[in-house]
Amino acid sequence: MIDRLDQIFVLLKHWLVGYLPGEWQAAAGVVVSVVVIIGLYPALFALTTVLERKGVGRIQNRLGPNRVGPYGILQPMADGIKSLTKEDIVPRSADAVVHFLAPIVLVVTVFMGFAVLPMGRNMVLVDMDAGLLFYFAMGASTELSVFMAGWSSRNKYSLLGAMRAVAQMISYEVALLLSSVVVVMAAGSLSLVKIVEAQNHYTWGLPHWYIFTPWGLAGFLMYAIAATAETNRSPFDLPEGESELVAGYHTEYSGFKFALFFLGEYVAMFSISGLGSTLFLGGWSAPLAFLTWVPSWIWFFGKLLVSMCVFIWLRGTLPRLRQDQLMNFAWKFVLPMCLLNLFVVALWRFIGDGWLRWLVCSAILVLAYVGIGWEGMSRKRLGARSYRYAD
Amino acid sequence: MLGEGILKGLAETAKNFAGSFVSKERMTTVEYPEERLPLPEASRNFPFLVYDGSDWQAGLRCVACQICEKECPPKCIYIEKSKDKKPDYVGKLQIYPTKFDIDISVCMSCQICVEVCPFEAIKMNNEFELATDNRFGGLLLDRKELAKSNEYYHQIHPTEAAEVDARLAAEKAKAEAKAKAAADAAAAKAAGAPATPTPVAKPSEGERKS
Amino acid sequence: MNSLDVKTERVEGWNRPPVIETDGEGELLEVAMGPHHPSTHGVFRMDLALDGERVVRLKPVFGYLHRNHEQIAETVSYLAMMPYTDRLDYICSLTNNWAYALAVEKLVGQEVPERAEYLRVILAELTRAQNHASTIGFLLQEMGASGTPLMYAFREREKILDLFESLTGSRMMCNYMRFGGCRVDASPAWLDAARKVVAALPAFVDEFERFLSGNEIVMARCQGVGILRPDLAVNAGVTGPMLRASGVNYDIRKVDHYGIYDRFKFRVPLGDHGDIYDRYMVRVLEIRESIGILEQALKDIPNGPVMDPKAKIRGFRPKPGEAYGRIEAPKGELGFYLISDGTPNPYRYRVRPPSLINLTVLEDMCLGSNVADVVLIFGSVDIVLGEVDR
Repeated sequence: MIDRLDQIFVLLKHWLVGYLPGEWQAAAGVVVSVVVIIGLYPALFALTTVLERKGVGRIQNRLGPNRVGPYGILQPMADGIKSLTKEDIVPRSADAVVHFLAPIVLVVTVFMGFAVLPMGRNMVLVDMDAGLLFYFAMGASTELSVFMAGWSSRNKYSLLGAMRAVAQMISYEVALLLSSVVVVMAAGSLSLVKIVEAQNHYTWGLPHWYIFTPWGLAGFLMYAIAATAETNRSPFDLPEGESELVAGYHTEYSGFKFALFFLGEYVAMFSISGLGSTLFLGGWSAPLAFLTWVPSWIWFFGKLLVSMCVFIWLRGTLPRLRQDQLMNFAWKFVLPMCLLNLFVVALWRFIGDGWLRWLVCSAILVLAYVGIGWEGMSRKRLGARSYRYAD
Repeated sequence: MLGEGILKGLAETAKNFAGSFVSKERMTTVEYPEERLPLPEASRNFPFLVYDGSDWQAGLRCVACQICEKECPPKCIYIEKSKDKKPDYVGKLQIYPTKFDIDISVCMSCQICVEVCPFEAIKMNNEFELATDNRFGGLLLDRKELAKSNEYYHQIHPTEAAEVDARLAAEKAKAEAKAKAAADAAAAKAAGAPATPTPVAKPSEGERKS
Repeated sequence: MNSLDVKTERVEGWNRPPVIETDGEGELLEVAMGPHHPSTHGVFRMDLALDGERVVRLKPVFGYLHRNHEQIAETVSYLAMMPYTDRLDYICSLTNNWAYALAVEKLVGQEVPERAEYLRVILAELTRAQNHASTIGFLLQEMGASGTPLMYAFREREKILDLFESLTGSRMMCNYMRFGGCRVDASPAWLDAARKVVAALPAFVDEFERFLSGNEIVMARCQGVGILRPDLAVNAGVTGPMLRASGVNYDIRKVDHYGIYDRFKFRVPLGDHGDIYDRYMVRVLEIRESIGILEQALKDIPNGPVMDPKAKIRGFRPKPGEAYGRIEAPKGELGFYLISDGTPNPYRYRVRPPSLINLTVLEDMCLGSNVADVVLIFGSVDIVLGEVDR
């Protein structure tokens, strides 16, 4: 019974597809999965926009939107209608074809990443051997659309914004990749399904998630920072900062195309959080051994929701970093920590089982973190100050 | 340690988020127009003219002295005097305004007209939901719209209205005492010298409820 | 020679830092920030010339909010100008009122009763606290903290504005001071409410500081940015928290001894570097000092009249003469210069706006920084367009 609940979507798909003749069943199964993914994630996006506005509102001691529907749940409907009915303005000197294609490229490449994410037991669309590689290939393609948007607008400010955004995304792409390589080294495979299965064991009731190891925790933190920067979220959202010069690379977009950019950004957040939970948080595996009766897809989407809440929390709290500080941070802090992490995970496997490897690896990482942090702050002479009073 | 300040900030925000569900201090939204905050008593918005009794024309306190028109900083008051007179609250005959317009799109709610009025005739109202879509005169309030009763004044500014009433009653008592003294003196004089016809104009005692 | 112990050289013209040399290739990008812009605190335009990301030239253009304040004064009476002064620095209306009342009282030699002086101090320090809280909130909002510190600052400001409304009748356009005292007396209930609000303020300042003072991102964006040298500040006539953040000890409450500030113990915080972080911290420390003054004033306030019985409201004709009255407004030195020729209207009425005079050094602070820093530096000057343009 529990097993059937866990596999309910797979069973539903098989039942639906069973109505077709044999040779069409495989293709039809893929089509059904694709339709479900394309329908599910935008719905989650709608829910997340409401959650974000209400969450940030509550952080600021106010209610969020609560007029449209109970507790404001139908607010995305209102926003959707608004963006659909707005006039679609394309500047006359803009490159019309590229201007039209940019949001489409964004949305398509972002959805492609979901093809390899295991959303539950046996619930992955394509079980590739090099799934992680495919995911990163698609993720890097999203940067193309940002540049297309900035270039085609023929507006020097959006070009500036686009170039800043691309520089930021490229720097943090390196950090993202390196922080996931440690997981590949530990699991021994690029396939996301195998990575989740490697984490799905329990010792004394606690799971073998990679986040519970020193190198996994460091990797997860670096991954989280890089993921926030990749999706242009606070505190790394200078390219779309409103209080800077102009609104960045999507200045010249209005109406539905703007909504598509918005959709692309949020779905990219889901996708990257999904990958993060797959790599470090065990994907669809339960946190405690006696909770395995809860269906696996509930755990996956629960972890996704928690990641969204953390993103929203960060957005409501932190001011944004300036562009050069952002890049300095990427190349001078995140990247060295990731490289050190590679060394540490190799050391982990070399030392073998036991308490020694925990001690050695934790010590190396903590010392490196404190050292680099202290050195970075003191070189720029940043720090707490004391103030004197006139006498 | 790097990141400590950020973590402290995150903790602060989380405290506010959790607190917004439980404490009033951390959820300060008042959902207007379903809920309204009570306005403090001293709150002022635009002026209005006070009248005593139930007939706004007969009981209007304003005697068209035009002091408020002169002192108004943005000059938003326009007064036209009457040709005839009517009795005021002590019974003396005074002129009254036939036109008293205040343009509330110009008025800056400074309350100087209230301060300089010697007759307690103009006071500050606290009504603020006055938006209108008539741009030609929708915000020009005339004498009828401005006149509100003394009971209304008591409702919106109770302590102030009580003080004003006490002052007016004292004035009235003083005026009546003076009139009685004058009448007694005149009667004494008339009794003392019956030959000389002294025209004594007794002020008509307008008995009025205030 | 000045009474401050800051070395200032007498040079012709202006003590400016050298213009950043560009490398001759490529043209400068000329950008106009404003007047419609989310972070220019009002309608204000800055014509920037950028070399890449660095600012090479900055020309401030203002006047979009000019309302003929000084010309209006020549046509109406002295009393009628009091509500207009509310609208100069519209966030701090009570300190504007006090500066104007001080100038007129100097002109005619008017005395103010003691209770009125205490009330003036209480309201001025409350105004200072809410002004600094909202300035810091706006600065952090421009840094991108999505309005959270701003909402916290406004939550406290609402309490203070409620106090103002129950005393003066209006939250922001108070029109409360008069020549010879204050318009109405404060009831004991109001003083109790004020004590409660003041008792809750230190917790808010602690929360604010904890939230942001140790934050590495705030430190990275604010420390070392927008440095104002003390000699340049003194030469340019900068006053207020901006001057004290550069290390110059000049607080008009201590220099002029106006009002009854001599009776209160308070300290003047000074910064050492003159960057945005110092200006931000000096304002936080000034809120704490204001809380100290408020506690003392609310404890010691005597009973008595709040208006000098000999003061005239109508028919006010000062003798011919001139007077300059200035106070330490939250933004700097706010001064009123009045020339009277014996008529009920002033002959000349001039406002010394601290926001405008503090803005004159904007270019010197911004040369060589990024565009993102220009926004923050501009926010740390703490201007209100109503005062800049009058």
